[in-house]
Amino acid sequence: MKIAIPVDENHPGTAVCASLARAPYYLIKDTVSNELTFIENTAANSQGGAGVKAAQLLVDQQIEALLTPRCGQNAAEVLTAAKMKIYKTEYPSAKENLTAFNSGLLATLNEFHAGFHGHGDGGH
Amino acid sequence: MNSTLASMVMEMGGISMKIAVLSGKGGTGKTMVSVNLAAAAQRAAYLDCDVEEPNGHLYFKPENPVEEPVSVKIPKIDHDACSGCRQCVDFCKFNALAYINKKVMVFDDVCHACGGCAIVCPERAISEWDKTIGKLLSGTSETVEVHSGFLKPGQASGVPIIKEVLAKAPGDGTLTLIDCPPGSACVVMESIKDADYCLMVAEPTLFGAHNLAMVHELVRLFEKPHGVVLNKCLEDSPNPSEVFCIEQGIPVLGEIPFDLELGAINSNGEILVRVQAHYAALFSELLLKVKEAAARETAPDSQR
Repeated sequence: MKIAIPVDENHPGTAVCASLARAPYYLIKDTVSNELTFIENTAANSQGGAGVKAAQLLVDQQIEALLTPRCGQNAAEVLTAAKMKIYKTEYPSAKENLTAFNSGLLATLNEFHAGFHGHGDGGH
Repeated sequence: MNSTLASMVMEMGGISMKIAVLSGKGGTGKTMVSVNLAAAAQRAAYLDCDVEEPNGHLYFKPENPVEEPVSVKIPKIDHDACSGCRQCVDFCKFNALAYINKKVMVFDDVCHACGGCAIVCPERAISEWDKTIGKLLSGTSETVEVHSGFLKPGQASGVPIIKEVLAKAPGDGTLTLIDCPPGSACVVMESIKDADYCLMVAEPTLFGAHNLAMVHELVRLFEKPHGVVLNKCLEDSPNPSEVFCIEQGIPVLGEIPFDLELGAINSNGEILVRVQAHYAALFSELLLKVKEAAARETAPDSQR
């Protein structure tokens, strides 16, 4: 199974990023090969629709479980259509969340926030 | 029409002039200025392009208002015809499409209705449907023709409604005041695109001067002749916006005082020039200066 987490930096000690769609990187953990990789989030700088594009990126990576502090409605719609499981992160570092997830300690994320629709980026 | 003919027409008084009223932030007095300039004219059209919060109609209270819906084209996917090439998803710069489980998903609220996906689809699997995003309200108020655009909440862009509002501009040379949205984003660019002259309204604060600088940059980018009205002016008090105008060589066409009576009338939804003679005089003078400045700046021998 492949697990993804939005992260601030592309190294194993990274913190979880507060934003799913605007995170600079995604950490991907393959539980079969035990491999840890990082992919760049090409949706991060989108003017709008970042949630849709980021979710597409994760689906294309065949992620089965996403650990994230929050998730927007549009991204959630894409992820749920792809039957991806979404869990809420509880710790600051990516590592702690992976450990917690492996021990079955992370709950599923059921609340999805409305999109910002260009508000806050000043250039819509 | 060539430029010499244009100047002759102007001298004859048959000016086809569109004046856009804009500012870098909300609350500077765009609507107050544009409504009152339109009301001060013998005959005018007032176009409210501030479609997210149109309020000019609250002053004009147009008679026999006519409503028209405004819609945009949203893609509809024929999933049987779709080959899953994802060209539409890759094409969409607004990220309104996703390809999940061998199906294209459309996010209406993200779609900017550019129509590109239907064009790039090699299977012709994309058709379009009309989604209502708002309305136009048209009517008259004494000698003023009033057209206001209303955008429904949650829509991607007000630009399609602004285009419809601007299309209502009379083509017979009637003086037209365009009440722009605040700021300097796409919706403002759309609103000033066809304007002959840009009138910027500025507050006498540092913040006001900063916002004025932003719209000033925009009108220069669009190479529009422009001037400033200083609003909420206090006597014997520094005015950073005025300083900015002097530094940049921007003509100041008028000053509106910080005035409790003016504020009270305006906040009651009344038109200043229709209820107080001295405000009628103030805005008539401002209108004259704006018309003169616009005629001068758009004249063929201008160095613009």
